[in-house]
Amino acid sequence: METTAKKYPAPEGNPETKEYWEAAAKGKLLFKRCTACNEPHYFPRSICPFCFSDQTVWEESSGEAEIYTFSLMRKSATGPYAIGYVTLKEGPSLLTNFVDCDLATLKIGQKVKVVFKPTDGAPLPFFTPA
Amino acid sequence: MSIKGKAYLAGIYEHPTRHAPDKSTAQLHAECARGALIDAGLTKHDIDGYICAGDAPGGVMAMADYMGLKVRHLDSTETGGCSYIIALGHAAEAINAGKASIVLVTLAGKPRTGAMPPRAVGPEVDFEAAYQATTHNIYGMCALRHMHDYGTTSEQLAWVKVAASHHAQYNPHAMLKDVVTVEDVINSPLISDPLHRLDCCVVSDGGGAIIVTSEEIARSLKQPLVRMIGHGEALKGPRGGKDLDLTYSAGVWSGPAAFAEAGVKPSDMKYASIYDSFTITVIMQLEDIGFCEKGQGGKFVADGNLISGVGKLPWNTDGGGLCNNHPVNRGGMTKILEAVRQLRGEAHPKVQVPNCDLAVVHGTGGLLGVRHAASTAILERV
Repeated sequence: METTAKKYPAPEGNPETKEYWEAAAKGKLLFKRCTACNEPHYFPRSICPFCFSDQTVWEESSGEAEIYTFSLMRKSATGPYAIGYVTLKEGPSLLTNFVDCDLATLKIGQKVKVVFKPTDGAPLPFFTPA
Repeated sequence: MSIKGKAYLAGIYEHPTRHAPDKSTAQLHAECARGALIDAGLTKHDIDGYICAGDAPGGVMAMADYMGLKVRHLDSTETGGCSYIIALGHAAEAINAGKASIVLVTLAGKPRTGAMPPRAVGPEVDFEAAYQATTHNIYGMCALRHMHDYGTTSEQLAWVKVAASHHAQYNPHAMLKDVVTVEDVINSPLISDPLHRLDCCVVSDGGGAIIVTSEEIARSLKQPLVRMIGHGEALKGPRGGKDLDLTYSAGVWSGPAAFAEAGVKPSDMKYASIYDSFTITVIMQLEDIGFCEKGQGGKFVADGNLISGVGKLPWNTDGGGLCNNHPVNRGGMTKILEAVRQLRGEAHPKVQVPNCDLAVVHGTGGLLGVRHAASTAILERV
């Protein structure tokens, strides 16, 4: 099952996540790290969801990740697609879709890497086998 | 301060409709409210507390006004399908605090006829919405990881549906009355791997209502006495993406809280209503609230263990969401209703548990593999 070119919704953005989307436009995947407790998190917040410090800073991810789990949706209005969680090399896990691959061959534990897809606004991160 | 034994379920009603193109959603709420009042032997003027969830047309203010209720206690905690189990706890808290004496809780909707009310979006929207999470694929992700970590099989998942179908054959209102086999389930088309069509609940119109009151008032009414002796609620999300584990639910917190308040154990339960949005949901929740060790849920449900009269834990004897109904894609209300029928001795004779005096009601709401809440209630026949 191949993924097909699909129109994705443009992120609305807000003052809290502005830098994330500016980086995405340059093909960079950012996450946040708290300088008080040193924990990384995703999606990015200004206040750390672990220790509630306001000392959070942006960090760039390598874009390297591993599939935690996934599910192949057999039918939809836009065709089959695979949703899943990946765990970034830097720690946080995030929800995504897998693209540019044979969806029937996806496996838990598989190495994947980030790839950005265009929208009418900022591009969105997806993952594809590394 | 505990709410143990402070709230009685004095009236229940399950709408018989499963397809209601000729009725409005507000009308269904009112019909359910009327049914529960008649069951309790009360009138609308007796109600002084009202609870509905966020899906009700216009919310709690519009619904209370539509039904002409004059109340002194309002609540509308929105936690998807388990909202109604949480409402039971909140009604008990209000009664215990003297803020209400007779609380009505209603649920109704028509997802089979028309579109569902939109889900509220949270701060995660830009980071998740494009990935097209649906109930099927989110619960599919939980099932796949559960299989990976614990060796759970599609055949074990199928046993949950088989048990539901055995019960539904006796329910004249059930949408799906045919008994199915494990083979039927695993040979049905894959919807979102590893979940097959028969691993998924039905989509139905309908609704239900309960009336919660104090011991003093319940004793003055006509129904057998059923009270709540323990309650718990909790929530779980990806929490910033740290230590993601989709194989357990917030039931690991709501279940033990409810059992501790009640002073009973899972093994004391004569009957269990466990929300069955999908087969995997039942397996995970049974593990989480303590019916078996984590990872052993597949083995626990296999070989008919959930079938009344056959297995050790009679479960969802109305046919549940998998076969009976699933109003507004929210299963918490109907779980309460069948547990009360069991405790009153009013379940179908073919599925009635003999001397059923202790039951657990448990459900999750929202999306199990993303953000969800869970609630557990322990009910007792007095």
